[in-house]
Amino acid sequence: MQNKYPSWVNMLVAAVVMFGLLFALPNLYGEDPAIQAALENGEPLNDTAVARVEQVLSGQGIETIGAYLDEGRVMIRFPDDESAFRAKPKLEETLGEQYILAQTLAPRTPGWLRALGIKPMSLGLDLRGGVHFLFEVDMEKAIAQVMENYERDFKTLLREQDIRYKTVRSSADRVVIVLRNQEDQDAARRAITEESTEVQLLDTTSGGDPAIEVQLTDITTRQRQDFAIEQNITTLRNRVNELGVAEPVVQRQGLDRIVVQLPGVRDSARAIDVIGATATLSFHLVDEANNPLEAERSGRAPPGSRLYQDRNGRPVLLKRDTIVTGDQITDASSGFTEGQSAVFVDLDPKGARRMLETTQNNIDRGMGVVFKEEKRRTVNRGGQTVEENYTDEQVISVATIRGVFSNSFQITGLTSTEARDLALLLRAGSLAAPIYLVEERTIGPSLGQENVDQGRLAVIVGFLTVVVFMLVYYRLFGVFANMALLVNVVMIVALLSLLQASLTLPGIAGIVLTVGMAVDANVLIFERIREELRNGNTPQAAIHSGYEKAFSSIADANITTLIAALVLWTLGSGPIRGFAVTLSLGIMTSMFTAIVGTRALVNLVYGGKRVEKLAI
Amino acid sequence: MQLIGKTTNIDFMGRRRPAVAISLLLAIGSIVALVSNGLAFGIDFTGGVLVEVGYEQDANLSDVRSKLEAGGFDDAIVQHFGTAQDVLIRLMPVENMDGNQVREEILAALGVPREQLRRVEFVGPQVGQELAETGALAMLVAIIMILIYVALRFQWKFAVGAVVALVHDVVLTLGFFAVLQLDFDLSVLAAVLAVIGYSLNDTIVVFDRIRENMLSVRGGEPVDIMNTSINQMLARTLITGITTLLVLIALFFLGGETIRPFSIALIVGVIVGTYSSIYAASATALGLNVTVQDLLPPEKSDEEIDDLP
Repeated sequence: MQNKYPSWVNMLVAAVVMFGLLFALPNLYGEDPAIQAALENGEPLNDTAVARVEQVLSGQGIETIGAYLDEGRVMIRFPDDESAFRAKPKLEETLGEQYILAQTLAPRTPGWLRALGIKPMSLGLDLRGGVHFLFEVDMEKAIAQVMENYERDFKTLLREQDIRYKTVRSSADRVVIVLRNQEDQDAARRAITEESTEVQLLDTTSGGDPAIEVQLTDITTRQRQDFAIEQNITTLRNRVNELGVAEPVVQRQGLDRIVVQLPGVRDSARAIDVIGATATLSFHLVDEANNPLEAERSGRAPPGSRLYQDRNGRPVLLKRDTIVTGDQITDASSGFTEGQSAVFVDLDPKGARRMLETTQNNIDRGMGVVFKEEKRRTVNRGGQTVEENYTDEQVISVATIRGVFSNSFQITGLTSTEARDLALLLRAGSLAAPIYLVEERTIGPSLGQENVDQGRLAVIVGFLTVVVFMLVYYRLFGVFANMALLVNVVMIVALLSLLQASLTLPGIAGIVLTVGMAVDANVLIFERIREELRNGNTPQAAIHSGYEKAFSSIADANITTLIAALVLWTLGSGPIRGFAVTLSLGIMTSMFTAIVGTRALVNLVYGGKRVEKLAI
Repeated sequence: MQLIGKTTNIDFMGRRRPAVAISLLLAIGSIVALVSNGLAFGIDFTGGVLVEVGYEQDANLSDVRSKLEAGGFDDAIVQHFGTAQDVLIRLMPVENMDGNQVREEILAALGVPREQLRRVEFVGPQVGQELAETGALAMLVAIIMILIYVALRFQWKFAVGAVVALVHDVVLTLGFFAVLQLDFDLSVLAAVLAVIGYSLNDTIVVFDRIRENMLSVRGGEPVDIMNTSINQMLARTLITGITTLLVLIALFFLGGETIRPFSIALIVGVIVGTYSSIYAASATALGLNVTVQDLLPPEKSDEEIDDLP
């Protein structure tokens, strides 16, 4: 029994250890306060931008540790928070609006490691502080919005084709067109079929009149819902950009949810106000033929009109027909006109045409602007707490149409903060469907740092107690196991850095647990070696059969734990996944270090010579 | 150094009846506690709002409570968290408000600046229910997958033994949480799943040795073979238990308040798991009349697998 590894195995072990050390290395350096600059349109920046930033800051006498390019963004590092704090407004001033600046932390990794693309682990929100939001997209509203647009389009279509109709009304998932006679019904059906392939038509009657019920086909419904989610994600990204956050996450989760993670953000209320806002506008003509007070008293609006309240609670009657909606607004800015704060808006061509038409035909009539917000509240219904959606609608201004206008005009009737926020929202694009906050996790920066410190301490102390125990219990073999354990932790850190999977607090717990369990393989092997020695085997034979016979137990035991970890990973959410990731990585690396790694050491020390006694 | 000098020769299986009785008693006790007390589910599963505030001085809880009551939050649970300066406030879902509003109103009621908010968690009732459902599903799936693996790798009687041990460990750990009414949140659920992995790890190692001995020491009585195997693995079972407990104790004391329930679940699970790998698993396999023939020819064990219900 020689107990020698072929040299390629030794080389492999050495290579793996080197790899681990290299990739774990960036984690030793810590972080500096930094500012990240990126272009708003997402185009990558180049070295010219780096040079420009450095020039601006040195011109202002603000000290930096240097700037570099990181995936198309400029990262500027500062010696302390204060210089970063001073630098931001200066950069905002000189770089201009097309840049997004975000205060963040940059790894202190030396340039040569950075050039190799080796990064430290990314820390989860519970370790670095920040907010995590989970939004639910209202799918029914997404379809309702599509149907509202159809209502408008059908009206235009029927008018253009001179088909007379009684009413065209949209409800949750359908549009009902009521016509005067059979002929009109046929004509309308033909016109709609020609115009759109996305809908299915059903002939019906309404109050004795022939009618057509229009619904989306199943495929279209699904497409529209997917589209609503995608569009919402784009809008949320735009809004998050307006907030100036480094490394934000905006992604879909499951069928109808969107996750937003904003590292470093403290004020979740402000963040929600901007990214979660559902506010939008619509423009309607005032119903001047009827008395709004009358309608309020009876609680019923005349046909074709709707009853609203203005900001002072006074009733206003507006026509149901929408002239234009918020999603037809292409640009918006806030400012003042005649001493009042105002939002200046630009319309897309389709909206502009409608507006032109309407204003031409309605000079000196009133036009109302409706401010709509989707909200969700928790209510108690029959003893059960349920969530309920409702729409908060207010008329923010009613103005008389003084002249003809089309693509560009202003809206008054808001406070200056509201005007600023509304302009921001309209600019970032409106949401295709309302979203509701269903989960929030905000961790303050101090708690994040505490979690890091406590986690690190727990890992170190846990590690040391195991090391001491193994050393006392197994002597030289304990040294082998301890070296394997150390490499194991280094490997986990290296793999986490390589995969750029976020390390969370439960993730640290996973590492701690791995440290305790990783020595199990060595305990199995060493106990077996002792047993073989007791059975009268020679040291070399005992080593050989100890490793050989323990292997199947180790494999079985680790595979079952791995199964549990993988199930956790597949079904678990956020914080749990972090635990599953480090636990599974730890199990896999420990198999290598505890079996191959310690064997290489044992072979180096004992292999190929006469051994009388093992220090075990 | 050796904990156990020579291979011991304790008659574990001979004393399996009292052990089974103890296990059954504890399991029944746990189930009773789970049914009567229930688990103290955190907002992860019930939905609700959790706010952690860090005061500069020691905080007076009744003061905090009365401020919250004045703000309209009558049923808030207020307690210290870790230190006397830290206060944890928990609320069930609030009527007519979303998480955003609740957070702002609590902040206003307490009159503390935003910087003192250490942590805010809001979970909608529906999300909470989903988390609970996927959690239960995860546990079930893990158990079934492991059952399949052990059945393939060993034999169905062993698989049943392993699962009995594992259910035993999970029930006792949950029972512990129910009796002491400790917070049961997502991280504890993760810990319970890790307990499943650990408990199995321990059981499998013993089974592996039983199989090895059954195949090499032909003709021995299953009871004796099990006893020998458990004795042979005793040192390993205890030492791995000790190293794992060492790190968990470090985590319990140093890992911070948030991770403490997680550490408790694992500490309980590891202790129970170590015990059950000695008794529950083997005793069950023995109760199912496991024999040497069950393990012998591979063709036969294939048939056995096909016979699985």
